[in-house]
Amino acid sequence: MTRNSKRPASSPTRARTADPSHDRWEKETLPKSLEKMPERRKSFVTTSGHVVERLARPDADAEPPERIGYPGEFPYTRGIYPTMYRSRLWTMRQFAGFGTAEETNARFKYLLDHGQTGLSTAFDLPTLMGYDSDHDYSRGEVGREGVAVCSLADMEVLFDQIPLDRVSVSMTINSPAAPIFAMFLGVAEKQGVAFSKLNGTLQNDILKEYIAQKEYVFPPAPSMRLVVDSIDYCMREVPRWNTISISGYHIREAGSTAIQELAFTLADGLAYAQAAVERGIDIDAFAPRLSFFFNAHNDLFEEVAKYRAARRIWARKMRDEFGAKNPASWLLRTHAQTAGCSLTAQQPEVNIVRTTLQALAAVLGGTQSLHTNSMDEALALPTEKSVRIALRTQQVLAHESGVANVVDPLGGSWYVEQLTDQMEQGALDYFRRIDELGGVIPAIEAGFFQREIAEAAYRYQKEIETRDRIIVGVNDFELEEPPIEILKIDPALEKKQLERLSALKARRDAGVVSRELGRLREAATGTANVFPHLLACARAYATLGEMMDVFREVYGEYTEEATF
Amino acid sequence: MTEQPHKIRVVVAKPGLDGHDRGAKVIARALRDSGMEVIYTGLRQTPKQIVHTVIQEDADCLCVSILSGAHNHLFPEIMKLLRENEVSDVLVLGGGIIPPEDVPGLKQIGVSEIFGPGTATFDTVRYIREHVQPRA
Repeated sequence: MTRNSKRPASSPTRARTADPSHDRWEKETLPKSLEKMPERRKSFVTTSGHVVERLARPDADAEPPERIGYPGEFPYTRGIYPTMYRSRLWTMRQFAGFGTAEETNARFKYLLDHGQTGLSTAFDLPTLMGYDSDHDYSRGEVGREGVAVCSLADMEVLFDQIPLDRVSVSMTINSPAAPIFAMFLGVAEKQGVAFSKLNGTLQNDILKEYIAQKEYVFPPAPSMRLVVDSIDYCMREVPRWNTISISGYHIREAGSTAIQELAFTLADGLAYAQAAVERGIDIDAFAPRLSFFFNAHNDLFEEVAKYRAARRIWARKMRDEFGAKNPASWLLRTHAQTAGCSLTAQQPEVNIVRTTLQALAAVLGGTQSLHTNSMDEALALPTEKSVRIALRTQQVLAHESGVANVVDPLGGSWYVEQLTDQMEQGALDYFRRIDELGGVIPAIEAGFFQREIAEAAYRYQKEIETRDRIIVGVNDFELEEPPIEILKIDPALEKKQLERLSALKARRDAGVVSRELGRLREAATGTANVFPHLLACARAYATLGEMMDVFREVYGEYTEEATF
Repeated sequence: MTEQPHKIRVVVAKPGLDGHDRGAKVIARALRDSGMEVIYTGLRQTPKQIVHTVIQEDADCLCVSILSGAHNHLFPEIMKLLRENEVSDVLVLGGGIIPPEDVPGLKQIGVSEIFGPGTATFDTVRYIREHVQPRA
């Protein structure tokens, strides 16, 4: 099947002769997909009135090489669905959270009212580190960078009047992912929503924390155990839930290159798959619920190539190395977020343009959902207005630009295919180096990823300073200008949260809390899945800090060597 | 024989619960490459630990990177502890995500300068050279 793509360009009007692979795709793959996901319109037309063909492809004398193939077919280079956005647009999912659960619940409702189609929860730093709002370390940080959630009581307020059987919810939480998810399940119970109906994603990606974002609490081994416990539990009880969102986003934000982001993220994904298989779980029982999360940065075509290469590598690894038989296990489904680290504090409105280009890259790359950053995020959390513009950016791409009317429009571009091959090769080279170090966890412990990323970040900064890289408004086209309006977090919110927490502690049944925490300790010490016990703790209104303290006692805490 | 000039000693500190250490690491390396002696504290240091390091290391300059939004809590703590320990000759600088309207308040309590996103590292290097207290 593989052919040399170097052939004379042919006239687009030339009649096609037989194209068996395309005929097969149209007969075998397409109808099944159209039945499940019909296209949004009977026909799509350009502004000039030409009908937009679903899929542009090589001329009649050439079949696509195996590595490019067809959308919705192995190795999925051209996308995981045969019709992509012609059937269903990507999910527009803005990450939001600040203050207490009330403020964030109001922001969630605001976003849903403005056409957002899924929710994504940002927790504050104490929550991300597993401390209650009243912990010493939490002072000054409660509700600052996300919402403070200490117990099921906060979670109930956070999702008040948000029907969890209809709105999919993503939660960015890692070290404390298990207790936070238990609280979320507690809310579903209160809403009377069966766990089997819940749709959403837990980030739950601890490996990238050691590598890049550094919000780890426990050492790698017990952390991996908690991740596998959640895979095991969800597989049985919450079957539609995405158990891990394997994230390159933070790796990129910490300064990595696109190839490093691709390689390290997929290496993490393979490490999770390996850990679950080692627990004795069948690959096809959990792989379909693994999802990914990539960055969308400035270099448009390289970004597109990254998404395309990611799908191809993952499909091959799952099918050929892990022996997955269910095609759903081969699919790399991904969320994307535009690059926060590319935003400038200078001339912030220009960030709208950057974000638009990055969002375009993610869409051309075939993402399943997308967050677009707001223009003011180099300065603070975004205001309602700037979030609205960011959401509107996605809506313009979806409804006005025409990019959603065709599948993988860049497929077959010599440049993009070449970049895709280069990204793939670069990732495979890194896999080899990681293997030589003994795998992902030993490589973390050796500081390998951290050094690679710090090196790339420093190089990038130097390029800006020597003006080998121009950043508009930063090292060229500079301008003095008045500051823009930014969001302020009312310091009184911290006090409100502390009062709420202390009232909770006074009214709950302390005997039940202590009994359930005791059972959790037993489970954590042994090998039984901790989830049923976390759920019991959550129902008893044990706090996040209390549950995490149990784990801290049993597992200890991790620190990394401070190097630069 | 001229006397070896004193190497400027800088503590780069990362308080707060977040793990955003990209900026701190880039600046630490740039300062080292410019010939300064750099001590990087690592993540999640309390104000107490930071001030302890400044004293232990006999630093000329303290660079604090804050992206967690807790700057109005952390800087006053650090400045108070420096005063309590009678450390008055250390140049204190801030970096990270700090809204412009918070800068005057921080300067009032003794933070010498805030370097926001987009600052070139050579500007920070020059500032430190020009503002550290000369050694006796």
